Amino acid sequence: MDQACETLGRQINIMEVCGTHTVSIFRNGIRPTLPRSLKLLSGPGCPVCVTDQGYIDIMLEIADRDDCIIATYGDMIRVPGKDGSLEKRAKSNVKLVLSSEDAIKLAEENPDKTVVFVAVGFETTTPATAVAIKDAAEKNLDNFCILSGHKLVIPAMDALLSEKNHKIDAFLCPGHVSVIIGTDAYKPIVETYKRPCVVAGFEPMQVIEGIAEICRQLTNDAPEVISMYPAAVTATGNTTAWQIINTFFQPYDGYWRGLGKIPGGTLRLKEEYAKFDAMKRFGFNEIPAEDLTGCRCGEVLCGLIDPADCGMFETKCTPDSPVGPCMVSSEGACSAWYKYGRRRKRRT
Amino acid sequence: MTDSKKENKILLAHGGGGRLTSHLIEKTILPAFSNDTLDKLTDAASLDLTSASVCMTTDSYVVKPLFFNGGDIGKLAVCGTVNDLAVAGATPVALSLSLIIEEGFDIDTLEKILASAGATAKQAGIDIVTGDTKVVEKGAADGLFINTAGLGTRHENADIDFDRVTKTDKIIINGTLGDHGMTIISQREGIKFDSPLQSDCAVLSGLIADVLNSGANVKFMRDPTRGGVAAVLNEIAAASGFTIELDEPSLPIDETVRAAADMLGFDLLDIANEGKVVFVVDEKDAGKVVDICKNHELGKKAAIIGEVLDKEESPVVELKTKIGGRRIVQMPYGRDLPRIC
Repeated sequence: MDQACETLGRQINIMEVCGTHTVSIFRNGIRPTLPRSLKLLSGPGCPVCVTDQGYIDIMLEIADRDDCIIATYGDMIRVPGKDGSLEKRAKSNVKLVLSSEDAIKLAEENPDKTVVFVAVGFETTTPATAVAIKDAAEKNLDNFCILSGHKLVIPAMDALLSEKNHKIDAFLCPGHVSVIIGTDAYKPIVETYKRPCVVAGFEPMQVIEGIAEICRQLTNDAPEVISMYPAAVTATGNTTAWQIINTFFQPYDGYWRGLGKIPGGTLRLKEEYAKFDAMKRFGFNEIPAEDLTGCRCGEVLCGLIDPADCGMFETKCTPDSPVGPCMVSSEGACSAWYKYGRRRKRRT
Repeated sequence: MTDSKKENKILLAHGGGGRLTSHLIEKTILPAFSNDTLDKLTDAASLDLTSASVCMTTDSYVVKPLFFNGGDIGKLAVCGTVNDLAVAGATPVALSLSLIIEEGFDIDTLEKILASAGATAKQAGIDIVTGDTKVVEKGAADGLFINTAGLGTRHENADIDFDRVTKTDKIIINGTLGDHGMTIISQREGIKFDSPLQSDCAVLSGLIADVLNSGANVKFMRDPTRGGVAAVLNEIAAASGFTIELDEPSLPIDETVRAAADMLGFDLLDIANEGKVVFVVDEKDAGKVVDICKNHELGKKAAIIGEVLDKEESPVVELKTKIGGRRIVQMPYGRDLPRIC
């Protein structure tokens, strides 16, 4: 790592695009162990944090209906829309689930209510949602539907790199997602943008090994896709999982919180499964654009500015009342900056 | 149950002050707690204390599920309040126990819970001397809520104050982190493990008395319940002005609890305990306190987990991680939610 910093003679920005990496880096205190000129940027890797305001607003509107039960992953309830969050609404029809299977069970147990599953997550959780739809179709479960906010990782990486002036030197790629999408999925990123893509595990030493491999590639100016993750990651990924995603979902240009529309970055149900689509069932045409005027998360994510350079930082946007994804995520760049930024530098 | 007059469900009339109330008190409540003071059924318990230095505390218990592996709401309602007295340096003397019961609640279940509370109080050597019962309409409460208040006399060796915390003091805990919280969360979420998680719910007054009786210089104590060790240490740092450093490899953690926390994305420093106490002890006495804990059944895995560093303008709690990194341990938000990523 030191050699890479010396060879390049400037700051190196490595972006992780997985919430689990972000948490591992944070919990294990990895940042302070790295050379000063090596900066880790927490990318849009937490599916909850990148869920846009418009999606949340529709979810809140559905939650206001007495004939519905909202089945959601726990950490979604704090993500704010224009006017509050599920947590702040404190509605009794909001049930926390750990899987889409639990949501199906809720639908079976409550035949007089419509269960709306808050379907968010990357390629790791989407297959489970697809299986739930398959299950519901086979069981003729008419009181189950999903509000899809599923996202795809590669289009987001592409969008960040196509941003003029971005300062991302390499990606630390997520182990779990890569098991599904395979290492070949990153090839276009490496070929088009000449940026290393290294798949790493989540144990602290695996993260550090991944960073070291990125530094090696940067030093040698030889970007490539490499998996440092155990054998589970293959070149083509899990084709069964992909097939089931493709059977039920299709990509479209959806909003990502703070980042705007990302071409092909969001998944929605195909027309033939419209009856399981909460948008259609409740008469919503499309997810409205969000209004995060003043939020500069896009630039924070690209390594262009520090959180404190954003005009909303600490004023309109705080961890208890977050606006952009970097503050919504408790380990996000802005949230971390808010909590630790004012702390005196440690005497060394 | 064999008494033909006895309903097997709680009715609103059980809280109405009439015959059903008397019946409930005589047949269900008194048998669980019977002692000379309570049995008189006076409006207020009359106590003769051995000291004029008195500590008092109260807490309400609304845990779901009511029964969990390692305890139940009754045991918890006694342990929690007794522990609050003990960590304040008090020797517990008496408890009050009040019930808020939802109409329709099962009386057999109530008996089990009260028997558990009674047994726990007995084990702690403390009497439940007064109480109250209210029944609310169906839907106005979730089954059963319990409030307990506790009275204690200050231990002669106890001088527990944030102001006494100073540089080089050691941070000690009497055992593994997060057992109670992860048990409740796992049971609530319906997650099963090969070796089931068990709450650490226990009365700490005996262990704390052993430590105080030894004359060890204990500066501060607190039970890391809601908010876990992270909340307690942040409170100590903020109130004392000293930064606290924790050593990750020294944190006692049960492997099954760790697996459950990893799976759900929780940090065990944030998770509730019900049978743990965090001590801040003068460094000279730290080894002695750990030894005393280890000699007690509730302290077998006691360890020094950190130390008090410099006084700072913005003191923090910092964790030295197992890979030699550092991170700040924040005051938890207040509600633990499983993470999707």
